[in-house]
Amino acid sequence: MMRLPWFQYQRPASVAEAARMLAAEGPRGMLIAGGTDLLPNMKRRQQTPATLISLSRVEGLKKITNGSGLTLGAGLTLTEVVGTGAVREKYRGLWQAAAQVASPHLRNMGTLGGNLCLDTRCNYYNQNEEWREAIGYCMKKEGKTCWVATASKRCLAVSSTDTAPALIALDAKVRLVSAAGERELALASLYNNDGINYITRKPDEILTEVVLPQLDGWSSTYWKLRRRGSFDFPLLGVAAAARMAPDGSVLEARVVLGAVSSQPLPLAKASEFLVGKKLNDEVIAEAGVLAASRAKPMDNTDLDVYWRKEVVPSFVGYALREIRGDDMRAMRMRISRQAL
Amino acid sequence: MSRNHVSATVNGDQVEFLCETGQTLLDALRDELRLTGTKEGCGTGDCGACSVMVDGRLVCSCLMLAVEAEGKAIETVEGMAKGEKLHPLQKKFIEHAALQCGICTPGFLIAARALLERNPDPTESEVRFWLAGNLCRCTGYQKIVEAVLDAGREMRGA
Ligand SMILES: Cc1cc2nc3c(=O)[nH]c(=O)nc-3n(C[C@H](O)[C@H](O)[C@H](O)COP(=O)(O)OP(=O)(O)OC[C@H]3O[C@@H](n4cnc5c(N)ncnc54)[C@H](O)[C@@H]3O)c2cc1C
Ligand code: SF4
Ligand code: FES
Ligand code: FES
Repeated sequence: MMRLPWFQYQRPASVAEAARMLAAEGPRGMLIAGGTDLLPNMKRRQQTPATLISLSRVEGLKKITNGSGLTLGAGLTLTEVVGTGAVREKYRGLWQAAAQVASPHLRNMGTLGGNLCLDTRCNYYNQNEEWREAIGYCMKKEGKTCWVATASKRCLAVSSTDTAPALIALDAKVRLVSAAGERELALASLYNNDGINYITRKPDEILTEVVLPQLDGWSSTYWKLRRRGSFDFPLLGVAAAARMAPDGSVLEARVVLGAVSSQPLPLAKASEFLVGKKLNDEVIAEAGVLAASRAKPMDNTDLDVYWRKEVVPSFVGYALREIRGDDMRAMRMRISRQAL
Repeated sequence: MSRNHVSATVNGDQVEFLCETGQTLLDALRDELRLTGTKEGCGTGDCGACSVMVDGRLVCSCLMLAVEAEGKAIETVEGMAKGEKLHPLQKKFIEHAALQCGICTPGFLIAARALLERNPDPTESEVRFWLAGNLCRCTGYQKIVEAVLDAGREMRGA
């Protein structure tokens, strides 16, 4: 049985107190929210912080502000996000993404902030310590080589968050607070295409809230490929959002892929291609081909890698057809036995 | 190394225990409070054998730090039967032969009770999605799902 290593535990009551503690600990300290990513990683010794600073008692992180747009506290559980009427009605893609994360148990524990800061994943890394030791570890932790591509200079571990692609398609921003001050940045800029330095959050920063703009006239959606119809991490995520003119032509669009790179991947070309066009079958097919040209799934998660690449145009197609207004429930039932 | 003092309620009883920071709620239930009904399968959130309720929410106790149980109301499988009288779910699991080795059973019972409390009349598909976080390696899911649906019927008086 895997046990947690020893660590110190601190439980601040406010964001300011947590920020002070985090600054004092430096890189030895890590935040823990729901713990559903961090604690398995600590049991496998992938992450070994000396101090955990718990956000569980920081009530300020649970706020929902519904003004122009919607602001969601980073400490909300995914169950709470899914249960928020405004998310379900106005930010459908986020609702569909959050509802498909893990299991009911883990959505009751896991938070929105933790989901956005989720460690990248890889079959050579998400293993217990003995297993990793036996292969001489890998570049992401303690070793030198990347076993996925031995010539690679960087780690190719996969961004596996479901909500980040959905939120980037919805043009979300995040607020980061540290003892030194605070900043707001586009969620897309929170990520790097690097399995080790996958996040631009500084070690002393706390993600406090997710800010969604008012999106009148937009529709959004999220499609997820995984082995089982529920519970598994994404092997491909397709998030799309668009605003359409009354005649059905696209005024603005954003398509973002998840789980095919070390960061959520905004597809600028495919998104621009859609603008000014009506979403007919030919346009959708071409957008799918453009999207697939950017997707670089690696052989370090589940299912055959060539097949995961091959289904990208289909999944982009499902997303865009749903945006166009097609009833996609039967297809969702086929893929995940859930209409959403 | 000083241990942390935690007070909480478990199945309605006030309890106090000492724990290391590195102990999970599952470790504390089993090793400090000797409530061994809750099981450890994977320890990493994949199997649901460790399912308990914390303040009315279904969680994996293997991924919750014991120190974070301070002030919480915890419910485990030991609290399901009232004396000799089994909970309808427990009765139906026996009737439908919804268990073999039994390692997964406490987790399934707690998760199923959480479902029926929120949704007394779930569809088969709702039962299957709700129980997705609970794995069983011997019985198969058909009998478990049938037992839950049947318990729901009995509890509704239908
Ligand atoms: C079996 C299993 C299946 C899963 N399936 C999925 C899935 O399908 N899709 C998916 O997206 N995820 C999945 N997850 C991962 C995880 O459960 C979720 O991503 C969850 O939302 C993480 O949130 P948390 O609060 O538990 O994070 P934690 O584990 O508490 O933290 C995760 C990381 O974020 C940091 N962090 C947390 N909060 C903040 C904050 N406010 N500011 C700055 N940093 C912060 C932590 O330091 C840590 O590095 C799964 C996990 C398991 C164990
Ligand atoms: S992609 Fe390579 S370096 Fe990164 S975790 Fe996997 S094996 Fe290790
Ligand atoms: S032991 Fe907790 S989920 Fe398996
Ligand atoms: S009865 Fe053995 S695992 Fe379910």
